[in-house]
Amino acid sequence: MITKEKPLISERRKFFTNMAHNTGLGVMGGLLWAGFADKAKSSPLTLRPPGALDEEDFLRVCIKCGLCAEACVNRPSNINKETGKPRPSTLQMAKAKDEVTIGTPFFKPLDTPCYMCEDIPCTVVCPTGALDLASVTNLIGELDFKMMKMGIAVVEPNACIAFWGIQCDACYRACPLMNEAITLQYDRNERTGKHAFLKPVINMNVCTGCGLCEQACVTEKPAIFIRPREIALGKPGDHYVKGWDSKDQERVANQSGKDVTTKTERSEQGASDYLNEGVDFD
Amino acid sequence: MSLSRRDFLKNSAAVAAAGAVGIAVPQEAQAAAAKAESTWRWDKAACRFCGTGCGIMLATTEGRIVAVKGDPAAPVNRGLNCIKGYFNAKIMYGADRLKTPLLRMNDKGEFDKQGKFKPVSWERAFDEMEVHIKKALKASGPEGVGVFASGQYTVMEGYAALKMMKGGFRSNAIDPNARHCMASAVVGFYQTFGIDEPSGCYDDIELTDTIVSWGSNMAEMHPILWSRVTDRKLSNPDRVKVVNISTYTHRTSDLADIEIIFSPNTDLALWNYIAREIVMRDDAEKIIDWDFVKQHMVFAVGPVNIGYGLRRSDEKSVKDGKYTTLEMETISKEMEKKVSAKEAPSLEPYGYKEGDVMKNIPGTLDHWEISFEEYKKSLAPYTLEYTAKIAKGDPNEDIEVFKKKLQALADLYIEKGRKVVSFWTMGMNQHTRGSWVNTQSYNVHFMLNKQAKPGSGAFSLTGQPSACGTAREVGTFCHRLPADMMVDNPEHRKITEKGWNVPDGTINPIGNQHIMKIHRDIEDGVIKFAWVNVCNPYQDTASASHWIKAAREMDNFIVTSDGYPGISAKVSDLVLPSAMIYEKWGAYGNAERRTQHWRQQVLPVGDAMSDTWQWIELSKRFTVKDVWGASTLRDGTKLPDLMQAAKKMGYNENTTMFDILFANKKAKSYKLTDKFPQLGYDDTDSRGDSRNVLGSDSKPWKGYGFMIHEYLFEEYAGFGRGHGHDLAPFEVYHKVRGLKWPVVDGKETQWRFNVKYDPYAAKAAKETGATDFAFYGTMAKALSQGDLMGVKDANKKSLKNKAKIFARPYMDPPEMPDATYDMWLCTGRVLEHWHSGTMTMRVPELFRAVPEALCYMHPTDAKNKGVKQGELVWVDSRRGKVKARVETRGRNRPPQGLVFVPWFDEKIFINKVCLDATCPMSKQTDFKKCAVKVYKA
Repeated sequence: MITKEKPLISERRKFFTNMAHNTGLGVMGGLLWAGFADKAKSSPLTLRPPGALDEEDFLRVCIKCGLCAEACVNRPSNINKETGKPRPSTLQMAKAKDEVTIGTPFFKPLDTPCYMCEDIPCTVVCPTGALDLASVTNLIGELDFKMMKMGIAVVEPNACIAFWGIQCDACYRACPLMNEAITLQYDRNERTGKHAFLKPVINMNVCTGCGLCEQACVTEKPAIFIRPREIALGKPGDHYVKGWDSKDQERVANQSGKDVTTKTERSEQGASDYLNEGVDFD
Repeated sequence: MSLSRRDFLKNSAAVAAAGAVGIAVPQEAQAAAAKAESTWRWDKAACRFCGTGCGIMLATTEGRIVAVKGDPAAPVNRGLNCIKGYFNAKIMYGADRLKTPLLRMNDKGEFDKQGKFKPVSWERAFDEMEVHIKKALKASGPEGVGVFASGQYTVMEGYAALKMMKGGFRSNAIDPNARHCMASAVVGFYQTFGIDEPSGCYDDIELTDTIVSWGSNMAEMHPILWSRVTDRKLSNPDRVKVVNISTYTHRTSDLADIEIIFSPNTDLALWNYIAREIVMRDDAEKIIDWDFVKQHMVFAVGPVNIGYGLRRSDEKSVKDGKYTTLEMETISKEMEKKVSAKEAPSLEPYGYKEGDVMKNIPGTLDHWEISFEEYKKSLAPYTLEYTAKIAKGDPNEDIEVFKKKLQALADLYIEKGRKVVSFWTMGMNQHTRGSWVNTQSYNVHFMLNKQAKPGSGAFSLTGQPSACGTAREVGTFCHRLPADMMVDNPEHRKITEKGWNVPDGTINPIGNQHIMKIHRDIEDGVIKFAWVNVCNPYQDTASASHWIKAAREMDNFIVTSDGYPGISAKVSDLVLPSAMIYEKWGAYGNAERRTQHWRQQVLPVGDAMSDTWQWIELSKRFTVKDVWGASTLRDGTKLPDLMQAAKKMGYNENTTMFDILFANKKAKSYKLTDKFPQLGYDDTDSRGDSRNVLGSDSKPWKGYGFMIHEYLFEEYAGFGRGHGHDLAPFEVYHKVRGLKWPVVDGKETQWRFNVKYDPYAAKAAKETGATDFAFYGTMAKALSQGDLMGVKDANKKSLKNKAKIFARPYMDPPEMPDATYDMWLCTGRVLEHWHSGTMTMRVPELFRAVPEALCYMHPTDAKNKGVKQGELVWVDSRRGKVKARVETRGRNRPPQGLVFVPWFDEKIFINKVCLDATCPMSKQTDFKKCAVKVYKA
């Protein structure tokens, strides 16, 4: 049986509440934005600019000055070659209708993905550190677009026609980190006996969430899309390291010996209480 | 719960999708889908796009195609498609389909070259064409009427166009865009085998151990074949090797065990290096199959000072100063050039040294037989040292690493018991020595006896869906007639004239107006009428500004028939709305000689009509006295007056070409029936249709009254049957998923020239006594004798049933990077878009995926030029410049010193930058090399 598709986040009701807040704010002219910020929360699916702090911190630090979006629209690579004027920019400042805390920067890859500028003008220009330059600066002090972590691409294999055997890989070719962020998994097509599947696979350590894949996807509604990393990613435990991958220990770098105690319903009673409660042998 | 029509469609798609991934579907949805699908009619067809030739199934309901699926019964693709094929159902329904003829007119309703396009009737459209063709014939004779033909014509369209041009107008100025695509491959086939098209088939992929891709991005351009290559690799990853040989890194490198990035044009040296390894190591290692070579091969060579297919100094537009000083810097090489240090060692065996001035004599197909020793001498320069030095394409690669790769490549070819397939596409064909490099591929395979065998062979992949089936097999080239016959061969003309029931001497023996020549003849004022069919020559031709200017500013009349408005329509005087692929009966022939037919699935949109109909209606406007009088061609050749001969055949001076060529007695014997395959299917051309389009006489169109498509196909097929090109009967193709010709006794042929598989080879081998092969092609099968320097004995010796191994040197292309124009420019396609994008740019998903062409560049080059990823640059050559966005990441990764810009995007009109140099033998343009400078815009 096919099950009815569940919304990834069941917070639609909340969105409407937020929208009400936002509309109100719009009418008030936005003077009191900061005061409302903690209440007028964004959709958990909001994608923030490169270098953005965790959502909670970001909202606390962002002063909604709009400099990042301005830097984005005015970057030299955003010129429409026919008119010579700027094209619509990646970064938008949220308006009432956007389901994003009003006045804060965000982007929608399907409208305009992030082109991952080498000089990352949006992050550089942020006056408060809401967009954290350090997070996109490498060890030798250079800006490195590969360090961006705006979100992560998710492939929905039922709609992805590469999983049907169609020779697509449009997302793979569109990826600015082709063969790094998206790789192809080659499988034999047993049905035809002579063709291969070329299925896109996302490398979570490399994908920046720029969204060029989502824009390039040829299905009616994209079968690959960007979600915030905390929404899309699972997390295996820090207690296990892949024995076949010498780098995997880096993943569990935060593991410490300070608190390794495990608790379950079974263990919370404590040893002596448990032992002393006796055994029922009627 | 009731479901709307939209829901029906949605559910049907969901069921198909779910079925494909093995998911059960709720019963209600399944029932709803079954109901929707019960009104759908599924019928087979061929994919509209590339030369792979995938089979598809189309669903029609309410007069529109609503869905497509890969045909699981099709041997090529077994139900799969690439993303262009995936959108076959959407390509005909763009919002800007052309629906009515459009003529440039002034306010008084008269034709005016400066006027705006306004709708006119079909009758008016044909009136204008008639007037302007008659004017052109009067001014320039048959050479004044030209046709830009196509490798995307259906077989029937191509045949109708060819017949009217060559049998009616007696003009050979018909040449397809396929000239730009595989003409070099054709010369390679003719020179080597004496007959066109590949010996092998796609089954080679599953049977081989080694796939070497030369100048072919198969992964993007032939995705379904690439998925077969991938599967073969997966089936035995250690044994199966994949090599990608290219001037830049692209998708095909993904799977490659070895990637060789070479400097443009040095593929000539790479092939010779492999051949040299074979020849020089033979004594010690016994590599050459001498039994095979002695029995089936001769060695040959042709002149090397053949020029570059550019314009010559004595041509009108050059004399008139239409070419700038900058342009002439390159064009002057057509007359003479200085031998460079790079090419001098290669040319030494041919008597040239560095600094010599080579006087060029325009391309010739002449060649003569030489000894093996002479061939060996021609290979002597290609040591690993020299080859690596001139061929290394990535300046940052260690030369020792590069040498190791070359060695490994040669070893793969040579390894005993290792099967090898060499694939190539435009890299080897779009090449100023394309004919040479094609013949070189066979050299290597022949010496190793790895040709025309299951799993082994050099195999030319085709770009267009019917470059083989129509352009080549029907012969819509200036020099060709159906089934490998040539206009310059009196026997062939006679056979054709007899088949067409036209007088002896009708066919013009001078066939030199190839596609570049048609453009140049328009610029020179010779061609005054040109008709664009199923192609976009004003976007797809190099040095584009010249041709556009000639079309817009000179006294001529340009007509474009198309489904959508593109650049060619824009520069035309009259635009005709054409029925698109599934709106008419048709047939295509793919790269493995597979002929595939389909029926008309739906009525055309608006007043669109097929190109076949357009040609036949035009033929009604011309009588014997209009086109069969005497005339003298530019070179002095006289075409005789045919009036008396025509009368003897029962025609009179007022008999129309329609009656002679298309509505003759034989044609009328192909009846309309209510039986398979006609039953239940529209046939606008033969029967008319419910639209009642007002036709060329402004009366409702009611059809020809006979089965025109079957007639055209059968008459055409008659020329090849019994001559190694045998096609099955029309009806058979409507039952099967295509057949690979020659089809003998109902059976297709997988490997030609191989006695075991090809009945023609078996028959020929009986004469020669051979037991394995017979290269029975008949063209140029008697040669004079000589050495690398020239002919020594003009007496011709027969080489019946043999093939040829050619000595060919490396030579520079006419334009290479220098201090000012410091980078190579290479152009090509992307998977998402087909050619000039007229169809695929109308599919929203494909448009969104790749909305514009980019300038792919090495990051260091970008840095050195002060441009960043995504910024705009000018790509500027001696001919023109375009502005494009820099891409230093992603699918194509050029080495330093080379940029790649695709040509699908008319807003990034890269053919204004490209050079119209051609292989002087094949006349195919080299779109892969010219010199540009790139700077911040």
